Amino acid sequence: MIALLLILIPLLGGIITFFIKKEQSVRAWSLLVAMVTLLIAIAGITMNNPEALSFRTSWMGILNSSFSISADGMGSMLCLLTALSFPIIFVSTWTTPYNNVNNFLGLMLLAQAGLMGVFLAMDALLFYFFWELALIPVYFLCSQWGGEKRIRVTFKFFIYTFLGSLLMLVGLIYIYAQTKSFDITAFYQTGFSGDEQAWLFWLLFVAFAIKMPIFPFHTWQPDTYEQSPTATTMVLSGLMVKMGVLALLRWLLPVLPAASYAWGDTVSTMAVIGIIYASLIAFQQDDMKRLVAYSSIAHIGLMCVAIFAETESGVQGAMLQMFSHGINILGMWVVIEIIERKFGTRKMSELGGIAKKAPALTIFFFIIAFANIGLPLTNAFVGEFLMFNGILSSKITQYGVAFTVAAGTAIILGAAYTLLMGRKVFLGETNALTEKGSDIQWHEKTILAIIAICIIVVGVYPQPLLGSFEEITNSIIKYSDVLHK
Amino acid sequence: MMFSGAFIKKNAPVKVIGLIAMLLLLLVNYLEMQGKLLFRFDVSNFMAFDSYALFFNGVAIFATLVYLLLTYSEMEKVGKNLAEYLALIFFITAGIILTTSFKSLLTLFLGIEIISIPLYILTGADKKNLKSNEAALKYFLMGSFSTGIMLMGIALIYGAQGTFFIDKMDFAKNAQSALQIAGMLLLLFSMSFKVSVAPFHFWTPDVYDGAPTVFTSFMSTIVKVAVFAGFMRLFGGIFEALQNTWGLWVAVMIAVTLFIGNITAVFQQSVKRMLAYSSISQAGFMLLAILALNDTAREGLLLYAAAYSLATIGVFGVLAKIADYSFEGFNGLAKHQPVLAFTATICLLSLAGIPLTAGFLAKFYMLKAVVLTGKNLWLVIFAVLMAAISVYYYFRVIQAMYFKEGPAPTIQATVLEKYILIGITILIILLGVFPNILFSWLYF
Repeated sequence: MIALLLILIPLLGGIITFFIKKEQSVRAWSLLVAMVTLLIAIAGITMNNPEALSFRTSWMGILNSSFSISADGMGSMLCLLTALSFPIIFVSTWTTPYNNVNNFLGLMLLAQAGLMGVFLAMDALLFYFFWELALIPVYFLCSQWGGEKRIRVTFKFFIYTFLGSLLMLVGLIYIYAQTKSFDITAFYQTGFSGDEQAWLFWLLFVAFAIKMPIFPFHTWQPDTYEQSPTATTMVLSGLMVKMGVLALLRWLLPVLPAASYAWGDTVSTMAVIGIIYASLIAFQQDDMKRLVAYSSIAHIGLMCVAIFAETESGVQGAMLQMFSHGINILGMWVVIEIIERKFGTRKMSELGGIAKKAPALTIFFFIIAFANIGLPLTNAFVGEFLMFNGILSSKITQYGVAFTVAAGTAIILGAAYTLLMGRKVFLGETNALTEKGSDIQWHEKTILAIIAICIIVVGVYPQPLLGSFEEITNSIIKYSDVLHK
Repeated sequence: MMFSGAFIKKNAPVKVIGLIAMLLLLLVNYLEMQGKLLFRFDVSNFMAFDSYALFFNGVAIFATLVYLLLTYSEMEKVGKNLAEYLALIFFITAGIILTTSFKSLLTLFLGIEIISIPLYILTGADKKNLKSNEAALKYFLMGSFSTGIMLMGIALIYGAQGTFFIDKMDFAKNAQSALQIAGMLLLLFSMSFKVSVAPFHFWTPDVYDGAPTVFTSFMSTIVKVAVFAGFMRLFGGIFEALQNTWGLWVAVMIAVTLFIGNITAVFQQSVKRMLAYSSISQAGFMLLAILALNDTAREGLLLYAAAYSLATIGVFGVLAKIADYSFEGFNGLAKHQPVLAFTATICLLSLAGIPLTAGFLAKFYMLKAVVLTGKNLWLVIFAVLMAAISVYYYFRVIQAMYFKEGPAPTIQATVLEKYILIGITILIILLGVFPNILFSWLYF
């Protein structure tokens, strides 16, 4: 029931939002819907009732596909992240002007419903449905309210992602042709030969690699992040990339274990190249949004390497990092949104010395920046430590040390460009533009404080979160294990 | 129908007669599905009204009904002879019923001809327009040529088998006889011409572009799917034994069709021509069902017929209201005519194959059907790549409507037409989420 409500409430709330015309009412209504979703998500996590977290009903009996959703450890964490993100997004963009704000907020809520569906779906056809459905509202959001080059850029993003999804569909149909059922338990029992698994792996992996994105399928990302309205960028980078990571863990590794073992090194190499490449390019950026976009490629690349290392530590670290990265990157986007709203520009060369005018914003920015770098005491540190531990101790790859060294270099680069951004934008002398700045208001302070608290609390006491992943991690490792079969 | 035009001067009673007749047809079809027959003609040698045929007829008649309701006001503007146009449409419907339920190759020939000849007339209905006349002549010449080829193929099959009745034919023996294979190939080519599959599609863009938009809408949807039903009946029924021979031909034809249809559609500047090429690529997808020939394929063809007809009728219905047929003519439609823009968007999403719409499930069934055969997997991946390309030109229209500014000059749509469009949209989404409502009718 809870699982179903998590999808239904944003869906229905979103549809109703389209019909509310007054600006203040519609913003209040959408925030209410998001808060209700958050409360339900928290209730689902705290109460220990596994029945409430699943829902299953027949849907397309002819195709042997059922509407089956369930919140396991990873799914419930991602639903919590989604439910937590949306109120933050709505509050942080409360004063941002949008044309036809009811359409904007309605589409955002529909995107939330789609995301929840992807995280909860336990049936392959349902998963595919929600995978595409999460994309459509985002397409309209970026095309209507984005930057100057938005139409062409979003079109490229849509076609690229859709192509990947179609290839995934072919792979899913092929697996279904053997299992005769779309249910995830059936998908875990397949016994494909090594050759079949190889090309099935690539069909599915390309779709996920485009979504995450992994080098060399990342070319759509920086432009799309830059051109989309920042609220949508928050959804794209904070939540939609996690769709790809979750898909790797839930729909790729356990279903095609032999191919994941065989191609793991190739994929990890691609990811590591992406990490280093993105970190180097991030240095060249003047637009803050593009810089954070490239840094996101680096973060997700590390998660990909850790997943394919297939150790308990690595997988748990990746799951924790999904949550941490979501929170951290959300914080970054909130700060950038505030700066853009106040000063009208995102270019670092045009800003400077904001610390003098907005000290509270500066403090929050640096906490979030340290979290993005992965300093101890922040949530990202725990995740990264676990992931590096997993990569180094992995028994299935010989290149564990090489990957760790390369990724570690990228972490250092990440510290460099993030702190460089902080110095250029916040420290130093104010210029003509920032001279007129003022500090942030109480509602912005509140949400930044919430983010900061999440960062530090999870950084110091991650055990409850880690404990919730244990069961699903063991299950994934068990299904994807080829060395001990 | 035909004679009412002589006596009734105003158009309104004619329209009403047409609607009533269509509803009567639907009712009779429904009754026959339940097993109650109004008249008893013994046509059992020539036509077989099994559940598949009846169901297909039902879908075709329903789609024609929706089509008539949607396009009446536009049809009046084509010329003075509304009653004649309606009469021709009814003749075509009769031909459709013959084609979907034939038991004798002669009946198939009859049905195809009864469909084609009124279509030649309808194509040239806009008598003062040079393009319309050119289109009609082209269609007539090439159509007659292909019918000749069909007749030759039928004659060769008759020579090989000794009978016209398909349930008495046995292709398993003498499978390699040149007579049979030649006849089968000729039939394949002529039927491919009728449904505009490459490399027999060259007439389609000019004919669809030249014909008045309302009749293009009818031609490219209901007629095409009806001929596909006949195609399925022919190849699924009798030529199954020869599948090894024609399987590769059909696979290559599908690949070429998808390629030509999609790539050329990308470069079109006129939405009407783009839709013509898109119908070629949709025909390619439907042909996958003929390639697979299993139960999934048959069900999928039904779903594809319904989804494709509804979606294309919807898009053409909106197109008929736009004054400027280029992509720029759609600029800013969402602001001026939100209902038209929204319904067109859902129809375009269905044609592109986005989940939640019937078009996605239809494509899914086609892909599944081919995967289940275990052969020609390269074709599945190729089809999917082409489908991704198709997103480009369908979304160009959506982009123009929603994200570009413009005056979007339109002819005003009546309230009834708007309701029909909304009804089509609801039906597309319903079928996309609950296809069972369609299939439960099939297995009554």
